[in-house]
Amino acid sequence: MQTELRADSNLERILTAGHFAVTAELGPPKSADVEVIKTKAGHLAGKVDAVNITDNQTAIVRMSSIAAGALAMQAGLEPVIQITCRDRNRIAIQSDVLGAAALGLRNILCLTGDHQCFGNHATTKNVYDMDSIQLIGVLKTMRDDKKFACGDEIRNGKKEPIVEPRVYIGAAANPFGDPFEYRVIRLAKKVNAGVDFVQTQCIYDMERFEEWMRQVRERGLHEKVRILAGVTPLKSVGMAKYMRDSVAGLSVPEYYIERLEKAEDKAAEGIKICVEQIERFREIEGVAGVHIMAIEWEHRVAEIVEKAGLLPRPQAA
Amino acid sequence: MITAVQKPFNEIHEMVRECRNLLILGCGTCVTVCMAGGEKEVGILASTLRLANREQKISMKIAEATIERQCDREFFDAVRDKVEAADAVLSMACGVGVQFAGEVFEGKRVFPALNTKFYGTNESVGVWSERCAGCGSCVLDKFGGVCPIARCSKSLLNGPCGGSQNGKCEVDQERIDCGWQLIYDRMKSLGLLHLLEHNEPLKDWSTGRDGGPGKIVREDMVL
Repeated sequence: MQTELRADSNLERILTAGHFAVTAELGPPKSADVEVIKTKAGHLAGKVDAVNITDNQTAIVRMSSIAAGALAMQAGLEPVIQITCRDRNRIAIQSDVLGAAALGLRNILCLTGDHQCFGNHATTKNVYDMDSIQLIGVLKTMRDDKKFACGDEIRNGKKEPIVEPRVYIGAAANPFGDPFEYRVIRLAKKVNAGVDFVQTQCIYDMERFEEWMRQVRERGLHEKVRILAGVTPLKSVGMAKYMRDSVAGLSVPEYYIERLEKAEDKAAEGIKICVEQIERFREIEGVAGVHIMAIEWEHRVAEIVEKAGLLPRPQAA
Repeated sequence: MITAVQKPFNEIHEMVRECRNLLILGCGTCVTVCMAGGEKEVGILASTLRLANREQKISMKIAEATIERQCDREFFDAVRDKVEAADAVLSMACGVGVQFAGEVFEGKRVFPALNTKFYGTNESVGVWSERCAGCGSCVLDKFGGVCPIARCSKSLLNGPCGGSQNGKCEVDQERIDCGWQLIYDRMKSLGLLHLLEHNEPLKDWSTGRDGGPGKIVREDMVL
């Protein structure tokens, strides 16, 4: 496993030091409203190691992840900038990576991106010049070979210094998509491409996740990439059923739904389930941290982290 | 073949309502096979137009013809007289044929009656589906003969996205198969799954539409 720091981000230092990492998510506003970011950031600052800033998730137009990330950083968070391949080609993405690095953003998460048919501009044209695995390779080439995808050196002129973007490279992993047997191959390809950390799709089906982790360990991938297990706390029975029925690739076991149905305080029960999951993740070999995707529930993240016994967050020098 | 479907009738009628002498010109190749613009469809469209014209008291003479192909100059000779007698042509060919008819009969207005869809196949009765995106640099050897560019909604070269579920694509879980499930199944049946572990590099898109309008020049054939 990697020991030298490649980007010197807080997230990288935490993971490299062997701490169980905690990341969260912050969705930028569907407006130019800075206050939304400040408020959400206020709930998360000091409670997690880094925060993903989503990139027009579900293909709905929002403030750019880099702009929102820069604002989140001013508000005391360490952002993980998500970049999808849906909207930008290799010229635009590399340009944005330089821009992100120049602004001091040190973590980038490479995603394929939801198809535009899910969003509010379904008649648009998509790009998909590259896929998330190729994007990982482009970022690694920029950081380690100090070259653009075309092979040119990252310098402003022959006599000028090379100033490459130092970024910690992340990706997503979905243990629940089909074909199931190909899922671990996807992770292996991401490792080959040079990914440093992955965050998984949110997990409810712990058995299937553990089976996927067994496959991951069989290939020794857990020794080459830091894996953060994804969780999304269930706020209500309705949400649990929605996740079960309407989100591609997710199955929510009946016993969780039953627990929520029986509980008086649904939200508290949802948080309890989430905390139990985190406790179980910590026992699984190869799981290096947790990624808490509390959708429009940023103010409850601190409580989850605390109840999971993960506060205070360590200071990793 | 090139597949196409007929435009909504009202859109066609709106396009041609000012014509007084209209020739509806069918094409005998791809669009005949996919039952969108052959002789039979020319007849049906002509009848429907006549009916609509009568109802709306529009005076329009409609002639009908179908040639072997509208993408080859030689076949147009057979209808030269009919085209000259018309003030416009409503072509039932694909977009290639519509444009080429306009090139052959300079000064004649040519309207499209079809929406051209894709290079595809007739997979079952009444169902056509896309197979090739014409990227100009075929990769089928690597994927067991199933094209990820044409058949994955995101043209992914390194495997399925998270939206593949029960063999279907997130874009339309009823109608679109996940291209990567198809690739996976084919490679598995060929005993070639190990080849899917290879990281595919960035694709050179310049061989297709991104390199500008396509043109093939065969030096060995040019006179």
